[in-house]
Amino acid sequence: MTRQQAVDTRELRARYPDVFDRPASARLATPAMIVAAFAILVYGLVDLDFSPSRFFAGLNQLGWITLMMIPPDPGSSLPVYLKALGETLSIALLGTTLAAVFALPVSLLAARNIVPSKLLRFPVRRFLDSIRGVDTLIWALVWINVVGLGPFAGVLAIAVSDFGAFGKLFSEAIEGADQKQVEGIRASGGSALHEIRFGLMPQVLPVIAGQVLYFIESNTRSATIIGIVGAGGIGLQLAEQIRVLEWQKVSFLILMILVAVAAIDFISGKLRFAIIGRRAVA
Amino acid sequence: MTTAVSILPEQQLAVLNAAYRQAVGRRRLRLLLGMAVFAAALALAAVGAEVNLRTLFTHFGNFLSYFDRIFTLDSGQRVWTDAGEWLWGWRKWLTMLGETLLISYVGTLIGAILAFCLNFFAAENTSPAPWLRFVVRRLLEFARTVPGIVFALIFVIAFGLGPMAGVLAIAIHSTGALGKLFSEIVENADMKPVEGVRSTGASWLSCMRFAIVPQVTAGYASYALLRFEINVREASVMGFVGAGGIGQELVVAIRKFYYSDVSAILLTIIVTVFIIDISTGWLRGRLFGREART
Repeated sequence: MTRQQAVDTRELRARYPDVFDRPASARLATPAMIVAAFAILVYGLVDLDFSPSRFFAGLNQLGWITLMMIPPDPGSSLPVYLKALGETLSIALLGTTLAAVFALPVSLLAARNIVPSKLLRFPVRRFLDSIRGVDTLIWALVWINVVGLGPFAGVLAIAVSDFGAFGKLFSEAIEGADQKQVEGIRASGGSALHEIRFGLMPQVLPVIAGQVLYFIESNTRSATIIGIVGAGGIGLQLAEQIRVLEWQKVSFLILMILVAVAAIDFISGKLRFAIIGRRAVA
Repeated sequence: MTTAVSILPEQQLAVLNAAYRQAVGRRRLRLLLGMAVFAAALALAAVGAEVNLRTLFTHFGNFLSYFDRIFTLDSGQRVWTDAGEWLWGWRKWLTMLGETLLISYVGTLIGAILAFCLNFFAAENTSPAPWLRFVVRRLLEFARTVPGIVFALIFVIAFGLGPMAGVLAIAIHSTGALGKLFSEIVENADMKPVEGVRSTGASWLSCMRFAIVPQVTAGYASYALLRFEINVREASVMGFVGAGGIGQELVVAIRKFYYSDVSAILLTIIVTVFIIDISTGWLRGRLFGREART
């Protein structure tokens, strides 16, 4: 039998002043943040010309567009679309591979355990950051100026913008690697190159392979849109059909993209498990 | 200290060696086959993407000289020698950049609110009905697989040119991306508080409000901030299709070969993205401690 203890509120209050009498600043912090967030939201809506009438007119329009999209129908251009889809997949695969090949040596330079000097690492990291800060679409526009319109510009755009992302991810993977193997190789008299080749790479490669596969998957998505600025692939067809208001073709193209992305998801998921094992992915 | 190493008899050793070689050989063969398939896929892709190394090599000079050109003013001097001339349009560009930031902020917040409303239906442990969960999941999947800029293209036609289309496109894309991440956080939440609340006879809504939400808000906010970062980058190109923001200026400058303007606008975008990355990273660290950053 336990005895019910009478709760002495006053004593509790005296003992835990932080719980019962929180200062007003602490109690008001969360509501103040929420109010501020919504104030900026309202300001944004006003500044960006959101008017309810325009919104509902647009929704109405969107409803019509959706109705006109049904049923999805490629018309007579199915072969063109399939070719464009193949182009998109090629762009994603080649672009990602190129990026990975070039990013690997650079990521070594950006890793703390390989280049201990902060002075040397800093410019490499900022260089990678600037490449990453520019969107793939902008890179596509730049490459179109260089090699002309077409999927090749898309490959180069994806390669450059992923180079920035991979450089960062790979260097993080390298920094996360276990140093014991490296030390073992150094102890047996290996050179710096041996340390990297036999101490680091066996640990890092599976992680990198997983990331590359993941990027091929996500680049299928980016590759679908770089066509919008003229860098080849299915985005070109999509943008064109939207501009000429061929809604049935648009919905068919969107469906094609969805199916392609789902298929790539499935395949690369299987491959990732095969390369690095089920546990490492999760 | 010496330890005895047992040496196996010759015959037994031969069998083990053979087995080892076979195992290694099989692994090597598999690797080789994988590489061959990969190489074949690359070759096929090279044909598909019309890769032309000759164009690349003959025009690669163009790529380098492009950077040369965008860093040169009309007067033929390097851009950094005359910052006033280089950044002549900074007032206009900063306004456009502000619009870009506002587009991503409003889009992210609307997306986060929608994702917050939907994610409890998508999570395995809190969804009231399996069919509802299925429907919501497919909806979120659709919203995140269709690229934001495709939504923007369609919305520009429905809502007219301007930032409204950009905001809605970003909001929908963020709903899909955040909805998935949010529901994963909910799936990792501790269910004991839910049982506790339910045992007092509370409704589903109260269970969510008093048992789940207090556990997950930190994770939600962290992911929403991360999304804001990504959306700033995405909003910078929304203008390419007429959906507002700095992208509009950029695409005009690139298409009309206003070289020094291109570098100036790119500089403002990169600096803004840096500032946003650093400040949201700081904010996340501040609000949720270092470990919540990833």
